[in-house]
Amino acid sequence: MNVCYRLSELNFRYTDDWILQNFDLQVVAGEVLGLIGPNGSGKTSLLKLLAGLLQPTGGTIELYGKALQQFSAQELARKVAMVPQETQILFPFTVADIVLMGRFVHQNGWGWESAEDVRIVQDIMQVMEVHHLANRTFQELSGGERQRAIIARALAQEPRILLLDEPTAFLDIKHQIDIFEILKRLNRDQGVTVVIVSHDLNQASQHCDRLLLLHESRAFQVGSPEQVLTVDHIRAVYHCDVLIDRHPMSGTPRITLPQCRDDSSSSMAGIPIEGQHNRIRGQQQRRRGLQ
Amino acid sequence: MTRTGIAVSSPDGFPTLSVGRWVKVMVILCAVAVVGLLVCLQFGTERIPLSQIARIVMNWSHEQMGAETQGINPSVILLDVRLPRLLVAFLVGASLAAVGVSLQALLRNPLADPFILGISGGAALGAAMAVQLGLAWAGAGFSAVELLAFLGAGMTMWGLYRVAMADGKMPVYTLLLAGVIINAVLSALILFISSLLDSTSAFRLFFWLMGSLASLAYPSILVLALYVVIGIGLLCGQARNLNLLAIGEAPAQTLGLDVEHAKRMIFFTSALLTGAAVAVSGLIGFVGMMIPHAVRMVLGPDHRLLLPSSAILGGCFLATADTIARTVLAPTELPVGVITALCGGPFFIYLLVNKRRAQMG
Repeated sequence: MNVCYRLSELNFRYTDDWILQNFDLQVVAGEVLGLIGPNGSGKTSLLKLLAGLLQPTGGTIELYGKALQQFSAQELARKVAMVPQETQILFPFTVADIVLMGRFVHQNGWGWESAEDVRIVQDIMQVMEVHHLANRTFQELSGGERQRAIIARALAQEPRILLLDEPTAFLDIKHQIDIFEILKRLNRDQGVTVVIVSHDLNQASQHCDRLLLLHESRAFQVGSPEQVLTVDHIRAVYHCDVLIDRHPMSGTPRITLPQCRDDSSSSMAGIPIEGQHNRIRGQQQRRRGLQ
Repeated sequence: MTRTGIAVSSPDGFPTLSVGRWVKVMVILCAVAVVGLLVCLQFGTERIPLSQIARIVMNWSHEQMGAETQGINPSVILLDVRLPRLLVAFLVGASLAAVGVSLQALLRNPLADPFILGISGGAALGAAMAVQLGLAWAGAGFSAVELLAFLGAGMTMWGLYRVAMADGKMPVYTLLLAGVIINAVLSALILFISSLLDSTSAFRLFFWLMGSLASLAYPSILVLALYVVIGIGLLCGQARNLNLLAIGEAPAQTLGLDVEHAKRMIFFTSALLTGAAVAVSGLIGFVGMMIPHAVRMVLGPDHRLLLPSSAILGGCFLATADTIARTVLAPTELPVGVITALCGGPFFIYLLVNKRRAQMG
């Protein structure tokens, strides 16, 4: 097993409250790791620590066996690319300008982009479906277009590890599927390690090899989606009962939120999942019949 | 809004800045600068037509010999008064515009300007102290004032950065407020110094503070030009780093930029340029804000093109403004700061209102 990130006894806090405490984690090279957990559980902080944007208060982070602090910004950016939650750009840079910035780390001096840089960026923009926006300024893009442009920028770095903070939060379902397809392809074909923060448990379950469930500044559970996403774990962390069955295509755990906290949480507990499932299916069939 | 014009199309249709286009823009702008300076040279208390200018420049040495025999010799006016002053105006304008561009990227704020933020004020305080302490006449001439102006600019910039920056961001209003307060404190200190001076020196100080260009001797202009060329050259060397900083420090870092190093470099160079500009011209406001903004609208935000273009056009702008200041009430001269502030103030308000509307909309 080839480890890329090794976090040991990591502590982190901004001011008073510990965000992460005695935190251990190994990120395996070539995996897709999902970071999940409630709001404020430290998912984004953890991602920023991995990106070198925050410094640990205590403990160590190693990347490929070398302390993260010893990497220069340039060395790190050749290995790790980050897609932040949200990007605002004040000045009227075009999408082409923004994506080309991903090539910065491969360029020398204050020179110009090489033909190869342009070719790589054009290919990536084609894949991310932002090539037709090349001339538009970043400010006038929709949320989804922005996010795709920023992912294109990260891919232009040609990183070994891709860190993403809720990359699909602003995207419609078609682009959500597209982005995960691209991430999977990068992961499968080029062995890029993907660490992804997600609020969407189903998405995380469906697309990640392993999940890390954060709770009270610790790793509450780490493991396969089947191991991590259980009714008990989710109740303990999110204080909320959910239905869990299997995704019909991938077979991974699928989470359905209860209809309403008051009337369903009590009644639901008694109904076996299969029964619940059949009842929903029955309702759907009846509805279809009516149409 | 799709950007049009020289900054966009490239041979293969991909909108990136090519060397060819960069050279083309620079050549055009240099031509504009030369023409602009020639036009400005003609005007003054006495108009010297272009043909005469050409003759004077051709026979520089010859005309100087004949200077003593005639009363007011156009060549004396041109070569000893107008040309050096125009060159100083150009260098100061170029410095202020280049510093404005850099600060705007560094602070991610299109309203940043060395004058508005009090950095020029810091330099002025340094220079005023040098004058008060008599360092200016200590034989070192130019350089004592220069050094203190540089220190003043640097310290103010550092203080501003520490005060207004929170969580890696510098909100517009925090920044402007910080600038207002820094300016107020610095003005008080400068007033304090001026009250220690005799009335003639105090008057000179005030005129200088209003932003006024006076002719320098050619050797001093050469020194100033050296400062300015090196300073702007260093900033141009940071152009790609400025592009990254303009989108934020965290993204810049994850894209591979040594953010702290680049920031230190840009701060230091900006302080150097502001110090040099203020030492020779006093407080000239708004050039550093207006010019980069206008250039950005036409050529786009890529600093490789934006920075040198702003410098050249900032030089042209200040040379023109100074020509207006010299001629509009001739033979009385206005401080050039009056002209730039009269243009810049309304422009600033326009930007502020526009920005607010954009944020609400």
